[in-house]
Amino acid sequence: MTPVRRNRIVVISFVFVGAVLTLTTTIFALQDNMQFFYLPDQIVNGEAPEDKRIRAGGMVVAGSIRHDEDQLLVSFELTDMKGSSFPVSYAGILPGLFAEGQGTVVTGTLDSKGVFQADVVLAKHDEQYMPPELDGLHASQ
Amino acid sequence: MIPEFAHFLTCVAFVCTVVLTLAGFYTGKTQQVSGINICRSVASLQFVVLLMSFGLLMYSFLTDDFSVLYVSQNSTVELPWYYKFSATWGAHEGSFLFWTVVTAGWTFLVALKTKSLSMDMGGYVLGVMGAVNTGFLAYLLTASNPFLRLVPSVPDSGADLNVILQDIGLIIHPPMLSIGYVGFSVAFAFAIAALLTGRIDATWARWSRPWTHAAWAFLTVGIALGSWWAYYELGWGGWWFWDPAENASFMPWLAGTALIHSLSVTEKRGAFKSWTVLLAILAFGLSLTGGFLIRSGVLTSVHAFAIDPERGLFLLAILVTLMVPALVLFAVRASTLKSRIQYAGVSRELLLLLNNALLVFALVNVLIFTIYPLIHEWISGGELTSIGPPYFNAVFVPVMLFLTACLAITPIVRWKRTPLKLLKNALILLGLSVAFVILVGLVLSDQFVIGALLVAGLALWVIVVHIKEVIRRRTSMSLGITGMFTAHIGFAVAVIGIAITTGYTSSTEERMRVGDTVELNDRTYEFLNIEDIRGPNYIGQMGTFKVGDIYVYPERREYLTRQTITTEAGIDGRITRDLFIALGEPLPDGSWGVRIQEKPLVRWIWLGAFIMALGGILAVMDARYRKLQRRYLQAKFHSDDALPSSALATS
Repeated sequence: MTPVRRNRIVVISFVFVGAVLTLTTTIFALQDNMQFFYLPDQIVNGEAPEDKRIRAGGMVVAGSIRHDEDQLLVSFELTDMKGSSFPVSYAGILPGLFAEGQGTVVTGTLDSKGVFQADVVLAKHDEQYMPPELDGLHASQ
Repeated sequence: MIPEFAHFLTCVAFVCTVVLTLAGFYTGKTQQVSGINICRSVASLQFVVLLMSFGLLMYSFLTDDFSVLYVSQNSTVELPWYYKFSATWGAHEGSFLFWTVVTAGWTFLVALKTKSLSMDMGGYVLGVMGAVNTGFLAYLLTASNPFLRLVPSVPDSGADLNVILQDIGLIIHPPMLSIGYVGFSVAFAFAIAALLTGRIDATWARWSRPWTHAAWAFLTVGIALGSWWAYYELGWGGWWFWDPAENASFMPWLAGTALIHSLSVTEKRGAFKSWTVLLAILAFGLSLTGGFLIRSGVLTSVHAFAIDPERGLFLLAILVTLMVPALVLFAVRASTLKSRIQYAGVSRELLLLLNNALLVFALVNVLIFTIYPLIHEWISGGELTSIGPPYFNAVFVPVMLFLTACLAITPIVRWKRTPLKLLKNALILLGLSVAFVILVGLVLSDQFVIGALLVAGLALWVIVVHIKEVIRRRTSMSLGITGMFTAHIGFAVAVIGIAITTGYTSSTEERMRVGDTVELNDRTYEFLNIEDIRGPNYIGQMGTFKVGDIYVYPERREYLTRQTITTEAGIDGRITRDLFIALGEPLPDGSWGVRIQEKPLVRWIWLGAFIMALGGILAVMDARYRKLQRRYLQAKFHSDDALPSSALATS
């Protein structure tokens, strides 16, 4: 075998091993880390799984924001503006742009009482910006 | 009249780019001197008129000309002048005008240097650069015109600049990113020219390298500034979120980093030729993809970008029209690029191959992660999903560790083959570095996060080996090698920062009233008072916190025109640690949500990135690039005819 050919084999095997590695790690990692997104009516209708990490979104219902008396605990409701809404509970500091009537995306788990226990709350950053998941809501207003 | 004149200048620039494209390819084909002269003239003219046009848009901002739609959407009378200045590139239309100016600037610089390039190579390079800006300007003039007027009813004031852009970090972050993104168009143009002329050799690589280094350095600074800004402005204390907008800038960076290394093999060893060309095409392709992903709004991002699907499609069209012919050309011509490569065992070639494999592996993962939600939605017919950062870290961290380990032995590994004795000595240094870091960790902290310490030890090893080699070589180091060493040390500094910040950050979120204290990691944080503040276009509150004898002032601002609220974290930053305090929202009983974090070595992340960029700039200034030019001019003078560049391949 010539050195050139040997080196070519080394290169090709590197590429091959790399490709296989990429695919397997990606598939394994993706299975655990996919976060499905649900709209308020899907959550109300029980389409969202319990105790699995998911994302959900909607508009913050006016007057629904309640702060706990002594903890950093806050609850609010998200609506699709078509009659479905679900409660969210969040322990932490809300983002600066979070406000009533604003599009918001939350990440967390749905508990057995149908309350969304959020650990991440994202609010939109700009009045022109709308999370793509909420596009449908925006258009239906 | 001024916006109309600026609009007219942009049209002139568009004509220039069309002429440049045609003349460039004509010159490449026929090697006519008159052709290259036309190229140089229109390249200069294009740059001048676009600069003027951009300057006039800036003038409209500074003079509060709200009859211009773009100004009225992104400025107010009250906006401080420096933000009016930066608002010029603060939103979509203006940032795109800036892209075209930058493209024209790079083209101009290339045109200045083409005197020492062979006629066909120079012609093709300029032709491709012209084609790139033709696409950008066509887009600007049809879908994204910043000079549109609001007549007849001119508003008294505008809608204000997006508030999170009203910040010093954001004045310089977008231009740096743009210069980096577009800078890869030079490497792209060189790659296409190489495929068209069929000549890719040491001279070609030496030509491409400084441009690639420069673009990469700007991109590095741009990404670091973006990360730094997110850290203090978003108020979460995080410095990287694997957000699509961040990934969009990170992918070309990974490709560009791989390209820099692969170019060095092509120059020194005449190997990896077709791979280098492919990387050059991909680096620029990914820059365009990044622009498309962010501006089209197809992906959820925490970054604020006005979304317009039509614009996204246009950008996609530019991407396709540039990339498809480039990749087809590559497929047809790549087999003609013969590499000669011979190496055995542990050698620089092997190490650089590993470097490229790892970077591309990381790149592919980031790409899959970023676009997977789109693919899934498409396959499942509308089911929405996203992928969390844990996936990212699970793949990315091991790859980067492996890369860091490879980096450590680069100064001692030779071309072709390395004596094993040298490697053995290096391993002893690894042991010492890790032991040292663990010792320091045990002395300075009550916690013991072994993973973070091991990673930091590994990175320290990189620094130690590099410095040892610098001492060994004393003064016999070219700027190119100095730049490489600097960039490597910068990378290691950033890795140390990332490891220690991730492992050793202490944080808490508390509900605090004025007078309350919170204990965190042996420090007492006292909430002294809160007062109302008033800025030029916002009102807000500023808290005062006392930590030992340090005072920290976090703010919460409400911008009046846009009625949006931002967090300005209060940070006491030292090289050893940051004390980070962010005010949340005021609660009904008068207390505040407060986020407090102590982040050791967090500054090293950005410091490392700046050192890396400095390394890139040092490499650009290497004398051999200038020498190459001089020698080429002399050769040209003597033979009175353009020498084929392969004649100099061995020099």
